[in-house]
Amino acid sequence: MKEVQLLTEHYSKPEYRTLKGYQQWGGYETLKKALKMPPQQIIDEVKNSGLRGRGGAGFPTGMKWGFLPKNGEPRFLLCNGDEGEPGTFKDRIIFEQAPHQLIEGMIISGFAIGSKKGYIYIRGEYKKPAAIIEAALGEAYEVGLLGKNILGTGIDFDLDVYWGAGAYICGEETGMISSLEGDKGQPKLKPPFPAVQGYLKKPTIVNNVETLAAVVPIIRDGATAYRQFGTEKSPGTKLFSLSGNVNKPGNYEVSLGTPLKDLIYDFGGGIKGDRQLKAVIPGGSSAPVLTADEVLKANLDYESLAGLGTMLGSGAVIVIDDSQCMVDLLGVLTHFYSHESCGQCTPCREGTGWLNKIVHSILEGRGRLQDIELLEKVAHQMKGKTICALSDAAALPVISFITKFRDEFEFYVREGRSKVKGISHAKMHH
Amino acid sequence: MFQLSEEGLQKVQTELKRYESRQSAVIPALYIAQKENGGHVTSEVIDHLSQVMDIPVSRINEVFKFYTMFNQKNVGKYHVQICNNISCVLNGSRELTQHILESFHCKLNDMTLDGKLTVSSVECLGACGMAPMMQINEDYHENLTPEKAVEILKGLK
Ligand SMILES: Cc1cc2nc3c(=O)[nH]c(=O)nc-3n(C[C@H](O)[C@H](O)[C@H](O)COP(=O)(O)O)c2cc1C
Ligand code: SF4
Ligand code: FES
Repeated sequence: MKEVQLLTEHYSKPEYRTLKGYQQWGGYETLKKALKMPPQQIIDEVKNSGLRGRGGAGFPTGMKWGFLPKNGEPRFLLCNGDEGEPGTFKDRIIFEQAPHQLIEGMIISGFAIGSKKGYIYIRGEYKKPAAIIEAALGEAYEVGLLGKNILGTGIDFDLDVYWGAGAYICGEETGMISSLEGDKGQPKLKPPFPAVQGYLKKPTIVNNVETLAAVVPIIRDGATAYRQFGTEKSPGTKLFSLSGNVNKPGNYEVSLGTPLKDLIYDFGGGIKGDRQLKAVIPGGSSAPVLTADEVLKANLDYESLAGLGTMLGSGAVIVIDDSQCMVDLLGVLTHFYSHESCGQCTPCREGTGWLNKIVHSILEGRGRLQDIELLEKVAHQMKGKTICALSDAAALPVISFITKFRDEFEFYVREGRSKVKGISHAKMHH
Repeated sequence: MFQLSEEGLQKVQTELKRYESRQSAVIPALYIAQKENGGHVTSEVIDHLSQVMDIPVSRINEVFKFYTMFNQKNVGKYHVQICNNISCVLNGSRELTQHILESFHCKLNDMTLDGKLTVSSVECLGACGMAPMMQINEDYHENLTPEKAVEILKGLK
């Protein structure tokens, strides 16, 4: 197996993060090409490439851009660099190793959608990545790649950075908009969708870091070339963040449609130690878990994973070996979601709290058999009723963990200790 | 009484003009003030910001309480944040946390008596492939073992 390097070809070169190094490897040549194209042609190229949002929802990017009003109303381009989905650390390498690729992708995208102002929203903890991006922005401004009259074309585009301050929910696009507006990062009811009414009630496109970076190779080589990679319905390549109990965790760029087991065993060097694979969460903590048998059938594309009842999400593949207790791990996830619910919607605020309480009462040896059903019932009641998708994201792991590893839950309730580890986890949860 | 330094005031003024709306300056201003106040924000800090920025106390307060990176109580000179989310737990972050707490005789979120350390357990920090990890103030330390982590912390001045 070989890594496909459409996006990441030069990421290992330290000089690639500087303007000079980036240009040495063809950087900003695509921008020059794009600024000579009619904006609609760029949008069509992105549409035809089949690029789907890399932030989690997988929405077709060109189609999203097409929802903008056709008048000359001012509009904004926001880059979502909040990267908070547990297991995900791919946008960070774009910030750190290819800041100019993101900037180039954003200028091209901004030009295509008729925006004169963009922001890169970056999670507050990413101090080092943010410093690298800020330095790159400074370089780009200095040589006239940003600001007024870019490269003498008469086109203007300003780009600035905004720092989050520690809240997973600011990764949700309307939560991010609230945060950028200087408010609590609470999501807003859709519709209106941001493309119609977003930042400061103006039409706004929110795209993930990786999505915007991918615009560069798409415009450079054309949609047809991009489609050489991936599958019919999931074209192109994607960055996968591999973590958990594997020998070689890290970010890998592969063609969509690559077998999941290849990522784990070839790229990732297999399971650490002399352990066996037990389960994989294939798309960030919100994605339903797959059993080891299901992993063998799964491909890393949107359709294959949906067919197995889970999702590609942000591309965070979390590998779990057979020494791990699923009840314990579910406790980690329910804690996360109850901590991160913004509290606006009753089913989410109450539901995430209940799920966490019930799982922890099981972990502390106070569980009853009916609690397992109760967990499923609470989780089902949280689905599809709220302002944003966090509530569903919290419910899905619960349902999948219990459905697929019910014996571990029942054992824990009956015996007051973990079937796998033989101990109680009461004291381990912070 | 808390007051921003001349430089801090200047920075807040710049932030107020930087975005389309003045309200967007609240988060950056809280960062600036928190730093000048030694790592946490008090009601005095918020009153001062409200005056300087001409934005109601209630609005600043709301924002302050929403985000976890704004500290409501004093933290040590070194704020040690250990990720205990899933990929880190799979790689022993809880054992690491326990080892650190025992080595420095402290409890989660409580500052050590000498004011040097506050150890917290936090959610995913985007270093899942380099687990377990901890963040000391602004710096990430990755691929840790319990021993390595304690050694790093002991080396802090
Ligand atoms: C709770 C929650 C958290 C999210 N976190 C992120 C995130 O950290 N980064 C991201 O790009 N998208 C995140 N999203 C998805 C965004 O809402 C949005 O779909 C995405 O930024 C759009 O960009 P894309 O189409 O390029 O993927 C999150 C969604 C939800 C519901
Ligand atoms: S679903 Fe949860 S996180 Fe999303 S808006 Fe409602 S309460 Fe907030
Ligand atoms: S799970 Fe610990 S850094 Fe992501």
